[in-house]
Amino acid sequence: MSSLLERLAEARKAGDVGRLAEAIPYARWMRIAPENGTGELLTRMRYHDDLIGNTFLPAIHGGTLGAMLEMTAIFHLLWETETETVPKIVNITVDYLRSARPVDVIARATVTKQGRRMVNVFAEAWQDDRSKPVATANAHFLVKSSDDAPPSL
Amino acid sequence: MSKSLTTKEERLALFQEWFSDTIPHSKALGLKVIDARRGFASMQLEWREEFVGNPETGVLAGGPLTAMLDGCCGMAVATMLKEPMPFATLDLRIDYAKPATPGKPVIAEAECYRITSSVAFTRAFAHHGDPKDPIAAAAGTFMLGTKGQVTRAQSIGKEAIGKEAIGAEPKI
Repeated sequence: MSSLLERLAEARKAGDVGRLAEAIPYARWMRIAPENGTGELLTRMRYHDDLIGNTFLPAIHGGTLGAMLEMTAIFHLLWETETETVPKIVNITVDYLRSARPVDVIARATVTKQGRRMVNVFAEAWQDDRSKPVATANAHFLVKSSDDAPPSL
Repeated sequence: MSKSLTTKEERLALFQEWFSDTIPHSKALGLKVIDARRGFASMQLEWREEFVGNPETGVLAGGPLTAMLDGCCGMAVATMLKEPMPFATLDLRIDYAKPATPGKPVIAEAECYRITSSVAFTRAFAHHGDPKDPIAAAAGTFMLGTKGQVTRAQSIGKEAIGKEAIGAEPKI
């Protein structure tokens, strides 16, 4: 059992999804963590200066938004579905809708289709106004497979 | 071509400076520009513990690769602009072909294969040295002439590649 899945079991027991981020070095470095204080599972990327991609606007780097949407989908799959393995990303398509200002980014994922091995997830990120998303993404994850299995639907 | 930038090393040093100075996230990732010429850009990401997505295996998270591929595609676009203009990523697709090997640096190579007056199309691969054995493949589309001021990283086409750069041709 991976330490991430152990962490998941602990987080479930404590009812604190935020603990999931502690097990992932990249999530800690990026200050990306899930939260469920409102009863809804959201993922937040806390603003810090290293996220900037354009100093003139200024705007958050598009790559960090893609990264954050991917983490949002992973946290969602870990927390909301009965996954037995750490989800493996197959691909992701990110649409950039607005430039992201230097403040926190919040995102929410939904499962569009849950298959036995493959899951299709949609994720949406916004800042102050949820009705004005800054980026959306669609991603596929393998949720049950042997390590060498080719990703196939 | 600008006067003093005669060698490839001089050009790359300048691109690196502009790229790191105007894009703090690229600096945070420690991205190193290893090549840039008309329609093409390449950079390198060193493996670091804080980029790991799976602590059991030490495999990189998708995020650092996404950010590198986005930046590399963007630089490939910049090399095509005769007249510098602000541009922004419209969409980016990444296929994760295989996990990055822990401890090994990752190289990204991006090509801007088509540019119009408003959109630039790019594709890229990330690999450990053999482009035929990719870790990830990317396809990025960029919107040209977006709001704001042109950054130095976006103006490398004119300033440092100079006459080699071809302009945005309004063909569509």
